[in-house]
Amino acid sequence: MTGRDAAWVRYLLIAIALGFLGVMLVAPLAAVFIEAFAKGAGAYCRNVTDPATLSALRLTLTAAAIAAPLNAVFGLAAAWALTRFDFKGRSLLITLIDLPFAVSPVIAGLIYIALLGARTPLGGWLGGMGIEVIFATPGIVLATLFVTFPFVARELIPLMQEQGSDDEQAAVVLGAGGWQIFRMVTLPRIRLALVYGLILANARAIGEFGAVSVVSGHIRGLTNTLPLHVEILYNEYNSVGAFAVASLLALFALATIGAKNVLEWRLRRAREAEGGQ
Amino acid sequence: MGEAGARTWKQYSILPGFGLTLGYASLYLSLIVLLPLAALASGVFSMTWEEFTRAAFSARVMASYRVTVLASLAAAAINAVFGFIVAWCLVRYRFPGWRIVDAIVDLPFALPTAVSGIVLTTLYSPNGWFGAPLAKLGVKVAYTELGIVVALVFIGLPFVVRTVAPAIEDLDPETEQAAGCLGVNRWQTFVRVLLPALMPALTSGFTMAFARALGEYGSVIFIAGNRPMKTEITALLIVTKLEQFDYQAASAIAAVMLAGSFGLLMAINYFEWRRGSRHRSAA
Repeated sequence: MTGRDAAWVRYLLIAIALGFLGVMLVAPLAAVFIEAFAKGAGAYCRNVTDPATLSALRLTLTAAAIAAPLNAVFGLAAAWALTRFDFKGRSLLITLIDLPFAVSPVIAGLIYIALLGARTPLGGWLGGMGIEVIFATPGIVLATLFVTFPFVARELIPLMQEQGSDDEQAAVVLGAGGWQIFRMVTLPRIRLALVYGLILANARAIGEFGAVSVVSGHIRGLTNTLPLHVEILYNEYNSVGAFAVASLLALFALATIGAKNVLEWRLRRAREAEGGQ
Repeated sequence: MGEAGARTWKQYSILPGFGLTLGYASLYLSLIVLLPLAALASGVFSMTWEEFTRAAFSARVMASYRVTVLASLAAAAINAVFGFIVAWCLVRYRFPGWRIVDAIVDLPFALPTAVSGIVLTTLYSPNGWFGAPLAKLGVKVAYTELGIVVALVFIGLPFVVRTVAPAIEDLDPETEQAAGCLGVNRWQTFVRVLLPALMPALTSGFTMAFARALGEYGSVIFIAGNRPMKTEITALLIVTKLEQFDYQAASAIAAVMLAGSFGLLMAINYFEWRRGSRHRSAA
């Protein structure tokens, strides 16, 4: 397989690939940590445990903890309807699910201002009841829901399509109820893909910047997420502080990549086991 | 098919839960995605044509479309070349550490855009690791159009690698061998046999990287310098209009951008459909 390209071609291409990845990906990753520790470990710890950082961390985790499960429930419902039944409008629905990926993050924030901003009928009505959405936590959660919307559905739909519904139909014939079928027949076979989708959605939820920036109103300590906090510190010329917070996000990104690779390996093994039966 | 007459739009199935799951999925999709998009659209449609063109096609906005599209095209083209080489090496060659290299390709997907934005700016600023030697050569990257391209190359790379690699894996080894047996040299085999077979995947990856770049915000705004008419991208211009409470202008520009993105989404779906492949494309 590898013998077909001449050795010098092989070495040249590998050198180009590694050089490119080294400059474009490895150097930035390394620089995040080097800049974060530019003034020593003490400064790093002070920046990471700063109250503003911790409150941004809390809001980031809250938004992710709401968005990821809600989108997972949607993904499960959509995948069941779209892969277990055939109906008119099915392919349109599949296309619509991908829509949020085609929308710029900035526009993702803007459309919620258009729907729920203080000047809109709906926003005015909610404001009259004392409910603030835009420039407040609910707006951040909604923007996060939008940008992470397709992740779980688009992992589950191709997988469940491939698996087919023979097992579930057998369960119906044997007298199982809907919930029972889902829990005992479907869920065990899609568990890994579900977790995979959740990990991707969670990573995007924690890292989202543009959409959240537009709806947040940047009230420090109140509606600041970690990525927004990075921007504020950076714009205040507090480079060490910005990179200290950024290093937390980079660590989380590395953990995501690690988890993703472990899951991909297990998904491949599960598929091979199923194919080998 | 007794029930088929009653509901001709749906094929009969013995499985339960159709109404519940389809109903819930449609409701949730409508509330989270369609309703807010419709709110934006209704705002745009309430503008007169003159108001719309003045907001969406003024000189400053046109300059932002230009720099956004050109930088995105340049970045997608760079990624098509280097992403192809990376994908080829990852699939065809085994070298020490290839697994780590394969994993690190996903970094731009996982790293928050604000982090990539500030770190690229630091690296390419006139006293940064790459910026300082480049400045000696007279090349300025940070706060210029080049900086925008660098940021867009960073975020677009995985799209090309993750779309092209499965296609390289799927190449029929016999075609390659046959070409070799017929006395065609390796380079000709690549240009005449392999590249045409990989072209659909490469086009797909290029288009995805381009589409992502058009809407990118976080990684670009730090490195771009954001000078109006020069290095101000469209996404930033929307935010600027919002900060001036000019919702109409923001919506009009967003509508133009959305029309472009949806057109590209349809193009991507068309390429994928024509490829007829069931590879899951990169996120």
